[in-house]
Amino acid sequence: MASGVKPRVKVPATATAGEVITIKTLISHTMESGQRKDSDGNTIPRSIINRFHVTFNDETVIDVVLEPAISTNPYFEFQATVPESGTFKFTWYDDDGSVYEDSKEVSVG
Amino acid sequence: LTLMPLGAAHAATEDAIAAFTGGAEVAEGGVTLTAPEIAENGNTVPIEVAAEGAAEIMVLAAGNPNPDVATFKFGPLAGAREASTRIRLAQTQDVIAIAKLEDGTFHRASQEVKVTIGGCGG
Repeated sequence: MASGVKPRVKVPATATAGEVITIKTLISHTMESGQRKDSDGNTIPRSIINRFHVTFNDETVIDVVLEPAISTNPYFEFQATVPESGTFKFTWYDDDGSVYEDSKEVSVG
Repeated sequence: LTLMPLGAAHAATEDAIAAFTGGAEVAEGGVTLTAPEIAENGNTVPIEVAAEGAAEIMVLAAGNPNPDVATFKFGPLAGAREASTRIRLAQTQDVIAIAKLEDGTFHRASQEVKVTIGGCGG
């Protein structure tokens, strides 16, 4: 499902230096497991997001391998350390080769 | 939905654990797995894993057609070695978390989740 995939990310706009913040992400995707059958009894081929990678100023926060057991519209919540002002980059990799990206600025003042 | 024989399911789970640990010993505890005791809808079951000092945490569902669920790798800017997501469970079963700590040791926790409506979609 390469069409209609919409990432949503919740990140605080500001932080103090070294603060640990909570990030929540959701991406709309059917996550077709490859286990289901259509009405004719044919197996519907697997089509999922298989990797989710988050960086801040090019340093990794979390890198997740997803299997078909992750629910439709994959949701993740995790913690990140913010050492200075910069940009979170969120990247989702689809089985079909599509790559979905989002980014959020955080300013440390 | 066809349920696999119990033995086959266990073998696949043990294989997945062995692939992750390289056959190293796995200690009970040292990792926290939070999951509901009863999930009405197996299509979306909230889980949380946490393990202090973890480099990676792998999650398995022993009673799914394929036990692999997810593996979380924590980078230098991970604020805590914990993560939450939502998973599919085909039937009542044990969910398992295996943590690989930065000191190279492996730790395990598991919890049974009773599933009222399976998340296999078959």
